[in-house]
Amino acid sequence: MQDLLFVVARVEKLHAPNQEIALLENAVTLLAEGSDGGFVGPSINEFFPEFFLFQGTPFEINRIIAIRLLMMVVLILLFWLGTRRMKLVPGRGQSLTEMALDVVRINIAEDLLGKKDGRRFLPLLTTIFFTTLAMNLPGIIPGLNVAGTSLVGLPIVMAVVAYVTFIYAGLRKHPGTFLKNSFFPPGVPWPIYIIVTPIEFFSIFILRPITLALRLLMNMVAGHLLLVLCFSATSWFLLEAPSFFKLFSIGTFAFGFVFSLFEILVAVLQAYVFTLLTTVYIQLALAEDH
Amino acid sequence: MLHQLILASEATGETTHNPLLPETSDLVWSSVVFVIILAFFLWKVLPNVNKMLDKRAEAIEGNIEKADATQKEAEAALAQYTAQLAEARAEAGKIRDDARADGAKIVAEAKDVASTEAARITATAHAQIEAERQSALVSLRSEVGSLALDLASSVIGEALNDDKKSNALVDRFLSDLEKSEKAAK
Repeated sequence: MQDLLFVVARVEKLHAPNQEIALLENAVTLLAEGSDGGFVGPSINEFFPEFFLFQGTPFEINRIIAIRLLMMVVLILLFWLGTRRMKLVPGRGQSLTEMALDVVRINIAEDLLGKKDGRRFLPLLTTIFFTTLAMNLPGIIPGLNVAGTSLVGLPIVMAVVAYVTFIYAGLRKHPGTFLKNSFFPPGVPWPIYIIVTPIEFFSIFILRPITLALRLLMNMVAGHLLLVLCFSATSWFLLEAPSFFKLFSIGTFAFGFVFSLFEILVAVLQAYVFTLLTTVYIQLALAEDH
Repeated sequence: MLHQLILASEATGETTHNPLLPETSDLVWSSVVFVIILAFFLWKVLPNVNKMLDKRAEAIEGNIEKADATQKEAEAALAQYTAQLAEARAEAGKIRDDARADGAKIVAEAKDVASTEAARITATAHAQIEAERQSALVSLRSEVGSLALDLASSVIGEALNDDKKSNALVDRFLSDLEKSEKAAK
C-alpha cells in the first residue's frame, strides 16, 4: 500500500493539479483496506522486468530494452521507406516524412541556430528528437505498454550527448573565452561573482544535464504508473470489488482512457522539449557574449 | 522521496531498484540504440533529404529564372511591337501627308495645264477665226468683184474684159462700199 501512496505522490507532483486522481486513489485505498482481496498498485519494479536474454552479461536484455530495439528497427524502417526514393514533387509518404523532419530542421534548428549552425547540429538534433519520440510512444502502444525512455539509461545517454555537444560547441566557437565567460559573466561588478559564479557553474554544468534526463524519465515513469494504476484499478473494481463498487470501474477506465490520450501529448511534448532545450543550450554556448 | 520509495519497496519485500541509477546493460543498449539511430540519420536520411532539398531549390530557382527570361522576352516583344506600331503609324501619316501634297500638286498642275491649254485653244481659235475672216474677206472681195462685174457688164452691155479697167472699177466700188459702211456706223 505504501507503494501506491508513493506513486500517487509522485504522480501528483509531476502532473501537477490532478486532485481527481488523488480522490480516486483515496477511494481505492479505503476500499482495499476494507476488503480481503487487497488492491496491489504498481511499484517502481514495473521498470525492472526480468532479463530474459544474455543474463549476467553487460548485454542482458529485458522487456524495456527489447522494446527499444524494436522501436529502433521500426523508426529506421519508417525513415528508410520515407526517404528511399525522394522526388522533387513529393508523394504522400515523402510529404509526411518531410513534414516530420521539418519540425526539427525548421522549427527548432534553423529557428534557434540559424541556417549555418542549424545545419551543422541538425543530425544530432534530429536523432535526439526522433529517438525520444519513438521511445516515448510505446508507453501507449497496446502490447508494448512501457516507454523505452522510462528506464534511466537512455535519458542519461542523450543528456550526456547534449551536454558534451553544447560544451564542444562553446569551446569550438569561443576557445579562449567560453569557460571564463560561463563562470564570470561579463558586465557584472566583481563582488557579485562571489554569488554568481557558483550559481552559474551549478546551473550550466550540473543542473542542465540532470534536468534534461530527469524531466524525460520522470514524465515517462509517472505516465506509465498512472496508466497502470488506472487500468489495474479498473480490473480490480470489476473483478474483485464488492458488487456495488464494480461501477467504479467505469470511472477508472475513463480516467485511463483520457490519460492514454494525454500520454500521446506528453510523448510528443517531451521529445520536443528535450530537443528544444538541447538546441537552446547550444545556442547559448554559441552566443556572442561568450 | 527516493529514499521513501526504496524503503517502500524494501518493506514489501521486493528487490530494490533505484530508478535513477542505470544498470550497465541499460547504458550499453541505450548507447547502441542511440548511435545506430544517429548513424542512420547522419549518413542516410539527412544526406538524402538535403540532396533532394538542394535539387528542389535548384528546380524552383530554374523555373523562376525561366519565368523571368520569358517575361523579359515578352516585354521586349511588346516594346518592339509598340515601336513598330508607332513607326507604322508615323509612316502612314507621312504617306497620307505626301499623298495629300501630291494630290494638291497634281490638281494645281492640272489646273495650270488646263488653263494654258484653254488659253492656247482660245488663241488658236482667235487666230483661226482671224485667218478665216481674212480668207473670207479675200475670197469675198474677188467673188463679189467678179459678180459685180458680170452684173455690171450684163447691165451696161459692154464687155469689161479689159482686166485693167475691170480691176480698177472693182476697187473703186469696194472702197465706196467701205466708205458707206463706215458712214453707216
